[in-house]
Amino acid sequence: MWKLIVRRTLITIPQIIILSILVFILAQAMPGDALTGLIDPNIDPATIEAMRERLGLNNPWYVQYFDWIKGVIQGDFGQSFRFKMPVSELIGDRMINTLWLSLATLILTYLIAIPLGIISGRFNDTWLDRMITGYTYIGFAAPLFIFALVMLFIFGFQLGWFPTSGSVAPGTEPGTFAYFISKLNHLLLPALSMALITTVSTVQYLRSEIIDTKQKDFIVTARAKGSSESRVYNRHVLRNSLLPIAAFFGYEITGLIGGTIFIENIFGYPGMGELFLSSISLRDYSVMTALVLLFGLAAIIGALLSDIILSLVDPRIRIK
Amino acid sequence: MNDVLLNIKNLKTSFRIKDDYYAAVDDVSLTVRKNEVLAIVGESGSGKSAFAFSIMGLHTRAKIEGEIDYKGINLAKANANQMKKLRGNEMGMIFQDALSALNPLMVVGAQIDEAILLHNPKSSKSLRKKQVINLLNQVGIPRPEKTYDQYPHELSGGMRQRIVIAMAISNQPELLIADEPTTALDVTIQSQILDLIKELKETIHAGIILITHDLGVVAEMADRVAVMYAGQIVEIADVYTLMENPQHPYTRSLLNSIPTLNEVKEELHVIQGVVPSLQNLPRTGCRFAARIPWIEESAHEASPELHEISPGHYVRCTCYKDFYFPEQAEEERNYVAN
Repeated sequence: MWKLIVRRTLITIPQIIILSILVFILAQAMPGDALTGLIDPNIDPATIEAMRERLGLNNPWYVQYFDWIKGVIQGDFGQSFRFKMPVSELIGDRMINTLWLSLATLILTYLIAIPLGIISGRFNDTWLDRMITGYTYIGFAAPLFIFALVMLFIFGFQLGWFPTSGSVAPGTEPGTFAYFISKLNHLLLPALSMALITTVSTVQYLRSEIIDTKQKDFIVTARAKGSSESRVYNRHVLRNSLLPIAAFFGYEITGLIGGTIFIENIFGYPGMGELFLSSISLRDYSVMTALVLLFGLAAIIGALLSDIILSLVDPRIRIK
Repeated sequence: MNDVLLNIKNLKTSFRIKDDYYAAVDDVSLTVRKNEVLAIVGESGSGKSAFAFSIMGLHTRAKIEGEIDYKGINLAKANANQMKKLRGNEMGMIFQDALSALNPLMVVGAQIDEAILLHNPKSSKSLRKKQVINLLNQVGIPRPEKTYDQYPHELSGGMRQRIVIAMAISNQPELLIADEPTTALDVTIQSQILDLIKELKETIHAGIILITHDLGVVAEMADRVAVMYAGQIVEIADVYTLMENPQHPYTRSLLNSIPTLNEVKEELHVIQGVVPSLQNLPRTGCRFAARIPWIEESAHEASPELHEISPGHYVRCTCYKDFYFPEQAEEERNYVAN
């Protein structure tokens, strides 16, 4: 058991190293560097060249990579050229905002997906099931950014139930209850918009798992033992169907990254996704590389979590 | 006769395909007595399992007509609550594929425990554990305490089948239905499992319905045999009569298909064609006629019925009187010619 987890965790080390090299090379491959466009074009090219030399920008890529990675390991992602502050400081607050948004989305996703999936799977091919699958098809077809705009328009502007931008009302004192409520209030609409769209794959997945499981032989065995229908569903069908959903959990994290980039921009929510898009348009390379690296790390950790969860819940995977 | 456990009359189990119902079990009448092994034999698709599932009420989408009288309760009409109380308690079922019949996420001990708990909701956990260990002992599991905490995938095929049997007999059922209990097992394990079922027959005194397509199993285990073809019973007799003096062309063909060691044959006897699918099944006339085309049409009855040709020996249709195997007839002709 532990051996499996340790082994699986060790595999992430080369994955992370390869990821960091890729991210670095991609950043290098982009035209220009930190000095282009930042410096007065009237300066003598020789001076710029001397500055390049001093900053190590003329070194071969692997030397630059090791300089960079040394800093990254110590939590130093360099300076943001636009904001003139350390990247780690810049990302810090926004990362917490994104974490809250992602967590809220995940909770809402499962709150919606599990009951709908169960109803749809248990009573498949009834009108209730058709309504739920109808919703999932709309969810699959509707692009998240359009749907989010519609939500923002209806609930933010027309009805005015939720704030339309920011992560907390200005002037609230951190640590107070009002601050917490304000945070939650700002979080709810973006999280709900994202959850309503991203949940549809989980609903469909759970539905087909349940339909699949309820035709298995061991379900007949459970009935032959004298289990009531509700017991058959609660103890045998549901448990076996939730297992792949649990395993899917880690991959949801990867999906959330893409989602937050859209959602945070639409709702003006100061998180990593919003920072990511603005750093691209501002060509703030050090911020961009740091964010791509963090998103990549989140994806690797998500996959790791999935495998660990699956090994915990499915006895067939526990390798001796 | 008061030792009749199960009295089935004109059972008809139909499945809906598109807008019509098609009978997989058609007009089956049978009795099962206490302490008796009744074998149901037939090819794949002849309706054996559909018949067993009808008795247990395990069909979820089927129309069941006729009467299944078990101790005065008509199982064909019983409600979910009545069935729930009988299933697993008075009626146990052994399944064909033990791996898929066990829940992969539960240790086997807990699965047997569940079978006991469902019918003894007030029993204590420690008592049930003792019962489960006893059951595991009874079905010949070598280290019951260890096996209790194992998952199905950790056990061998034979062990898994023993677990399924332990589950079926956990509440001392009076009726045990074994649906091809040895099909998924290799030959040495097959005989062990059959020995076990025989042993259980002695200890729990249940009426056993043994569903199989293996005539070797029938010869070894059964007291009486019902041969099923295309949803109907075509011949029913005690095992000696059926083996020594089979009458219906289908029974004879089945028996003729078994290779013997003391006979030199170029080819194995094969019954022509396949069991027709539910939709293509002829609903009038002798259902086996299509697979013995060399028999004159006039030999068959227009609507074949079961004829009692000797006490307890029933044969459907009159075609048995004129039936012969073409290759045997040819051999005889050659013999005469030479």
